Amino acid sequence: MCLAVPGKLVETETIGDNRLGQVQFGGIKRSVFLDFVPEAQVGDYVLVHVGFAISRLDEEEAQRTYELLEHIGMLETEDPAFAGETTTAAALDAIRTGDAIH
Amino acid sequence: MRYIDEYRDPKIAQALADQIRARATRPWVLMEICGGQTHTLMRYGIDELIGDQVELVHGPGCPVCVTPIEVVDKAIEIASRPDVIFVSYGDMLRVPGTRCDLFRIKAEGGDVRIAYSPMEAVKIARANPDRQVVFFGIGFETTAPANAMAVWKARELGLTNFSELVSHVLVPPAIRLLLNSPDSRVQGFIAPGHVCTVMGYWEYKALVDEFHVPIVVGGFEPVDLLEAIAMLVAQLEDGRAEVENQYARSVTYQGNQPAQRIVGQVFEVADRKWRGIGNIPASGLRLRPEFAAFDAEKIFGVEAMEAEEPPECISALVLQGLKKPVDCPAFAASCTPERPLGAPMVSAEGACAAYYQYRRHATSLVCIA
Ligand code: SF4
Repeated sequence: MCLAVPGKLVETETIGDNRLGQVQFGGIKRSVFLDFVPEAQVGDYVLVHVGFAISRLDEEEAQRTYELLEHIGMLETEDPAFAGETTTAAALDAIRTGDAIH
Repeated sequence: MRYIDEYRDPKIAQALADQIRARATRPWVLMEICGGQTHTLMRYGIDELIGDQVELVHGPGCPVCVTPIEVVDKAIEIASRPDVIFVSYGDMLRVPGTRCDLFRIKAEGGDVRIAYSPMEAVKIARANPDRQVVFFGIGFETTAPANAMAVWKARELGLTNFSELVSHVLVPPAIRLLLNSPDSRVQGFIAPGHVCTVMGYWEYKALVDEFHVPIVVGGFEPVDLLEAIAMLVAQLEDGRAEVENQYARSVTYQGNQPAQRIVGQVFEVADRKWRGIGNIPASGLRLRPEFAAFDAEKIFGVEAMEAEEPPECISALVLQGLKKPVDCPAFAASCTPERPLGAPMVSAEGACAAYYQYRRHATSLVCIA
């Protein structure tokens, strides 16, 4: 229900009082209301919920978090402690093949 | 895809899981509130990945699951009228009311339509000026701005045939109720990232200060949730209780101001009954009196309807994290996603449905391992 999906804003237009945008999600493009993200510009990533963008994703914040996480991941590869564990491997397999967006 | 794939990176997920195992020196009980997060945790087996010390219990964070049975009955009553086009998010159609569900009304010839956005219902109302179009306005804070905006735009368009059956719920009052319960085992919360995208997380600061319980705002991908769990475990092991934000790429302290503004203009805070839990003071939203002309309860005179919940469903205990779905005698027996007894078995985000899909054989798996 609170499902919200990130997509790239590729086009904006104004119809009457409504600012709408075309948002690309993987292979699909959808028309989205931009009332709640007046600051969003073409090229930004927005999070979309029931036809409305509810946030503009903060690229710097994402980059910072991701670098931190990648660092954790790199440190870990040197530690084989859990390498052979079956539940872990199975769960990570699920992550690798994860398809649907929820 | 950007902002998705990197948060499903198996190497990072494993590293975080290992960090959690290494850090947790004693058992901790954590609760995620949001059903979308419950779904991710079950789907990727994160509960098993993080070891035995950290137990995850699942909160009341699926709006479909907490919509009270009488509201479903009201929807059924309205949708049964021949002059009505009833428009709803798909999840609500199979939620059992007292007598039947909305799918049954559709099968019997009622004009019940599924929409992805409330704005589709506004469009339907414009295209059908001789019919009453009613939108089932349920959800948490995440969905409230869109449902409010639909009413606002309908008024701007001068529509007189559009209304909403509103049953909105709010997350912080539910967390407060859980924390006040003497039975509560929860020691840390993952706050719902999309609710906080709209509302910010200043409301959670008050809960942290009052109850001295750590709360971390979390995202929805496996790496997000593992990081949020790692942050909670770190706080608990250090004896800290703070509000932290793991999902900073979308959530700010103040939240989305334009979204909050429209919610405040169209809705007001009200007491709400939660399915399985009962009445929680100031835990929901209803239409402001100036929008009475868009209030389906008033238009169709269904305000006073009441109903009883089926006694065999223990969803009240499941939604408060006191029982797991597998503890319910009806689970996977008389209650399945095809024939749900209670709402948590209906929505993919309901705890019972998530367990049915990913953990039905959990006990035997654990035995084999
Ligand atoms: S398994 Fe079915 S009957 Fe049992 S708590 Fe869940 S929804 Fe209710």
